Amino acid sequence: MSVRTAASRTGFYVLIALFVIGSLFPFYWIVITSLKTPGELANGTTSLLPGHITWGSFSADLTETSTTGLSFGRSLLNSAIVALATTAITVVLAVLAGYALSRTRMRGKGSILGFVLIASFFPPLAMVGPLFLAYRKIGFLNNYPALIITYLIYTLPLATWFLANFFSQLPRQLEEAALVDGASRLNALRRVILPVAVPGIFTVAILSFILAWNDFAFAVSFMETPDKYTAPLAIIGLGQSQFQVFYNRIDAAVVLVTLPVALLVIFAQRRIISGLTAGALK
Amino acid sequence: MATRQGGRQYSLVARDRRFGYLLVAPGVVVLLAITAYPLVYNIWNSFQHDVINSGLPPTFAGGANYQRIFTDNQFLPALAHTAGFTVVSVALETIVGLALALALNRKFRGRGLVRAAVFIPWAVPTVVSAQLWKSMFDPQNGWVNYVLTALHLPLAHTTWLAGTWTAWAAILAADAWRNTPFMAIVLLAGLQVIPGDIYEAARIDGAGAWRTFTRLTLPLLRPALMVALIFRTLSSFLIFDVVYAMTGGGPGTSTDVLSYLNWQAFFVYSDYGYGGAISVALVVIALVIASVYVRVFRSEQVL
Repeated sequence: MSVRTAASRTGFYVLIALFVIGSLFPFYWIVITSLKTPGELANGTTSLLPGHITWGSFSADLTETSTTGLSFGRSLLNSAIVALATTAITVVLAVLAGYALSRTRMRGKGSILGFVLIASFFPPLAMVGPLFLAYRKIGFLNNYPALIITYLIYTLPLATWFLANFFSQLPRQLEEAALVDGASRLNALRRVILPVAVPGIFTVAILSFILAWNDFAFAVSFMETPDKYTAPLAIIGLGQSQFQVFYNRIDAAVVLVTLPVALLVIFAQRRIISGLTAGALK
Repeated sequence: MATRQGGRQYSLVARDRRFGYLLVAPGVVVLLAITAYPLVYNIWNSFQHDVINSGLPPTFAGGANYQRIFTDNQFLPALAHTAGFTVVSVALETIVGLALALALNRKFRGRGLVRAAVFIPWAVPTVVSAQLWKSMFDPQNGWVNYVLTALHLPLAHTTWLAGTWTAWAAILAADAWRNTPFMAIVLLAGLQVIPGDIYEAARIDGAGAWRTFTRLTLPLLRPALMVALIFRTLSSFLIFDVVYAMTGGGPGTSTDVLSYLNWQAFFVYSDYGYGGAISVALVVIALVIASVYVRVFRSEQVL
């Protein structure tokens, strides 16, 4: 190996190392901070190693409720309920719409797909004010359904577009055989199409969950009492508490809120990318 | 016989269509309710004087709210901040993301692990990444100042969020850290569909690395680059969470952005007419970006 290729190879690995450090160092740092004691943090420590590891911030986050009624454990549960419900509703609505848009001879497919595409570009912050006023008028604020329905803004356009593409690539003979056997359309969809569409549905479900889990704008606008806060909102609440809250508590919360999505990202990276680019890259 | 056959054919098609409408209806109705309704409401309200704390009922305002957004000292500065931030953040994320994608496209041991590792920041909710970077930039406990001090670099004693440009730097760091991986992974997907024998041919023709990159890789990467650019441009332009969590638009109004100003109009000033006008402007700009997207993709024939 020549000196030049050896040098360029070293340079390449240095570059890779820099990228990995840049991506992961903040995680390492928050994990370390979450394992420190409030005492260590009060002394202004920037040590890269925890003095003596304590899981106290995690158990405090998961069990304690502040005087204002803010409980991070509760907020994690809220986030999970809202994100899972959003995912379930998205999957049902997008499967039905995607199937109709790809497999029936209905009119106006082009305009519906166009509307769905445009809807995916609507700025959430331009929607939040009017929705807030409408929800307030009908007494629909500070509850799960308000968030779940609103989160469909994030998930439904992408899911419908993706599944319409996905279904249109399945062979037509599949359901034709079932229809000849006398199955109804809905039964053919359920028995024949759904089983082969599992990978596509899985992609849509993962993506919907991540998008719903990520939201802050709607939650901060609709959820009024701390017992209804979602996890991102609770973390900001912890950070803005008028009492001194140490970074160990905040960073433990950051670890907890990131963990589920990080696992999804690690194990389903390809699905996420194919879902986000919705068939634009093949 | 022929007519009966025709009639049967027709009724089958009609049933098929009805079935289609039935399936598509729930999704479309919900989506219309949560997107078209707010849009119409905003347009209507942008022509009203509607301030909740004024104690007055809404009155017709004509174009006063629009005149206001183009003459007050909030909207245009916020628009300028937003546009500037979009250009800088998208440029930075594109360059770094492209470098990362090119590196990950080479074969080396542990590539799968590295790819997973660099993609993880994207899993952090945006507002949480802002909180995380706020603590990284903390003057007392933060790591940024610690490293700068240790390396005897300038700015080691900066109170980052207290100055205009340093606050922007902190916002940019939080945004770029979370979103560059997305850029990189989309570009990587684009790189991986480029067939390897094209490079083989270029190598035999004696093309150098830079020439191969500009003449071969970049043009073939165009569709993926377009997808990534439009996604990032739009979401960068709509930045809200990071500003809310890190600076609240401050110091003063120096990091105020359109989405945040829009939110303040509704939730801080309770001025729904003004908020409506900002919302309409925001939608128009977003749709302009979207139409560029659709046009580019039509011409690329990838949609």
